[in-house]
Amino acid sequence: MRARYRLIGFSLALILVARPATGGDLRDFFFGEALYHAFQGRFFDALQRLDTELVQHHRLDQPELDTLHYHINNAEFSVGDFELNYRMHHRAGRAIKAVLEGAVDEAVRNEAAFRLARIHFQKDQLDDAQNALGRIHGVVPAEIRDGVEFLRANIDMATGRPGDAVKVLQQVHSDESLTGFVAYNLGIALLQDSRSREAIEQLDKAGRLPASNEAGLAIRDKSNLVLGSMLFESGEFERAKQSLERVRLEGPFSNQALLRAGFAAATAKQYDRALVPWNILVEREPTAAAVQEAMLAVPHAYASLNLHGRSAIRYGRALDQYSKQIERVDASVGSIREGSFLKALIREESRQDETWVIRLRSLPDAPETYYLMELMASHDFQTALHNYLDLEDLQSRLKAWNTSFDAFDDIIRLRSQNYEPLLPEVDAQFRELDSRIRLELEQRKHLSERLKTMLTSPRPDYLATAQERIAGERIALIEKQLGDSDNPELVALRQRAARLRGALTWRLETEYHERLTAAYVHLNELNEPVDALTKQYDAFVRTRQAATHSYVGYDAQIAGLRERVGKALQRVEVLMARQGQMIETVAINQLEARRERLVAQQTEARFGVADSYDRASRTESGPEEH
Amino acid sequence: MPRRNWITNTRAIEPRGRFMHLPSDSQAPVRCEPTLAARVFIFALLLCLGSVHGWAQQNDQQQMRDLDEQVQKIKSDVLSIAAELSQLEEKLLYPSGTQVAIFVALAKGDQMRLDAARLQIDGQLVAHHIYSFKELEALRKGGVQRIYVGNVASGDHKLEVLVDGKLEGGADFTRTERFTFRKEAKPKLVGLTLAAPGSSNTPITLGEW
Repeated sequence: MRARYRLIGFSLALILVARPATGGDLRDFFFGEALYHAFQGRFFDALQRLDTELVQHHRLDQPELDTLHYHINNAEFSVGDFELNYRMHHRAGRAIKAVLEGAVDEAVRNEAAFRLARIHFQKDQLDDAQNALGRIHGVVPAEIRDGVEFLRANIDMATGRPGDAVKVLQQVHSDESLTGFVAYNLGIALLQDSRSREAIEQLDKAGRLPASNEAGLAIRDKSNLVLGSMLFESGEFERAKQSLERVRLEGPFSNQALLRAGFAAATAKQYDRALVPWNILVEREPTAAAVQEAMLAVPHAYASLNLHGRSAIRYGRALDQYSKQIERVDASVGSIREGSFLKALIREESRQDETWVIRLRSLPDAPETYYLMELMASHDFQTALHNYLDLEDLQSRLKAWNTSFDAFDDIIRLRSQNYEPLLPEVDAQFRELDSRIRLELEQRKHLSERLKTMLTSPRPDYLATAQERIAGERIALIEKQLGDSDNPELVALRQRAARLRGALTWRLETEYHERLTAAYVHLNELNEPVDALTKQYDAFVRTRQAATHSYVGYDAQIAGLRERVGKALQRVEVLMARQGQMIETVAINQLEARRERLVAQQTEARFGVADSYDRASRTESGPEEH
Repeated sequence: MPRRNWITNTRAIEPRGRFMHLPSDSQAPVRCEPTLAARVFIFALLLCLGSVHGWAQQNDQQQMRDLDEQVQKIKSDVLSIAAELSQLEEKLLYPSGTQVAIFVALAKGDQMRLDAARLQIDGQLVAHHIYSFKELEALRKGGVQRIYVGNVASGDHKLEVLVDGKLEGGADFTRTERFTFRKEAKPKLVGLTLAAPGSSNTPITLGEW
């Protein structure tokens, strides 16, 4: 056995189920709104909302009074999550680092370190991923504990330390969601660590694990497929066949398993048994690589059984099929070159259903996507495809915004036309009213101050009624007119005036407290209308300001935004063209590679047809069955 | 008889139901039976083609990653434009003196199927939303929908909320509630929490958040 084991360094896109940012007990509705968008996969909108909220929150003098304060850790995490989901790894890394370096408790810091490690791992930054994991100390939240160890083992494997990965994986006892993956990766780690016997035992265990969901079943199939291949390489054909037969007939690895099961039997010279899986396989989707391999393997097996006539017929069928498939590949390349692939990719259905891209083949003029399935399932292609869709989304947003600017200009123009003739007259009336209001308010203030002073320095004359004040003034006038003559008549009149003054003074002095209280009551009764007046005044001022603000001061901002949107639109269009071209190029490369293989198979089939007819004609042992 | 060395692409895999790099026959090294010289040639040729293709893939991958960096940058720039534009829109279209925003949330744990919500302010229909499956799921998970943002004058206003949906048992229901809210100088934010009639929660609750 001479098998070369290698681990391809880059990993698959992994978004482990992060702690959900649930909206239970939500106290900040804008955060809730960001979650609402995120839960629907609208990460641009979610990010736009949450970024704005976080910026406003951090600008507050007392952020602890803001409702976002109750969710701040979750919000900071969510930004990173949203950015990650929106394929903005750089910003996601920065957001999570910010949490890691903030004043947060141990569990939150550990979760941030885990998320950061995951981002680095996805980006092939293995040292950084290792360092991030190294920052995990103390309490690790239970929901990420297995994920941390699983990631640690993957990093060990990716950095060429399978022995360490084995130790880590042997300690992971996860729930069903991860069991199959842990078991399989442990087998692969053992394989990389040159412990082939143990690897075979481990993969055998992984291939027999109970599984209830599609992912679990698929990983079990994968384990059996790899195990079967290893056993085959080591010459244990019967065991290899048993393992390959455990792979489900309806699963992603079924074709490969059938092909390899046939090879296992054929290598053991059991051609009749090899024909069983191969004959199943050749009836399947003819674009699958394994099916195309089987088309050659079947006639070869017949030839090995000395059934040269049948072999010739099957070579002939294979030849037809290869010719058809070459035509389909050529048509697909043509369709891609005409731009049909990109047009189909950006259809709305591809956003609603991720598997839809595989079904593009059902569209008229769309390329044969079965040939592209392998490519389309690759991480880089998925990233490129999602980037293309994101760019298309950005393009539509930017175009819509450009239209909005024209609408904004219209709004501003119409408001200006409406307000400009009205405002001078309104302002003139307001100035007049304003001066009257100010005067009244000033008088009220003066009265209030006087009453306060009268509490400590009583002034009964201030509380005289108008009649009393007139009476007092008349008495004073009479006293002045009477002068200070000794005339007995005038003296009597002066005494009468003095009595009158005394009576007036008596009344003012004795009723002072009641009058003062009444004056306070009356003054306070004024509060309500004055408050209403003040509110109306403030409302008017606000409305007046709003009128101006509704059309003044936007020109520079709109011009700036218009320019930024224009430039961004240009950049998006350039990037879209490049991204689209890249997608088309890799798709065409993939198809051309398949075409080359088909041409080689076609040549083999031609050779096989000729060889089989030649052998059949030379056979003297009677006619073959057909 | 061709026989492939299949175990050239074993690698650690990770859960998410996706197997990104399925075994690729066209790139795998091959071994051939010595008696079939022609096949040896063909497979040797294929091996070379596989290597060339592999090199091309690497080159493509590098270009894809470069593009990815640029896409991340433009996304960041467009998000920044969106933030400024959103502030401009708010100032221009919904100034704080008149702004009213109405939010909808589902009561925690409520499993009713919300089909539609209709809002009237002072007798005028201002919002009529029919919920998609995704939107309903987002609400159930705790998301909050801003169903309406508009302008009203200062003072008291009447809000009528009509909700259509299905109970957990499948029965249809319609519920209408009337509330009053007061608009003052600052932006008015009104929250409506919806629950199935007959549950422990009040069907429609108004909260001024």
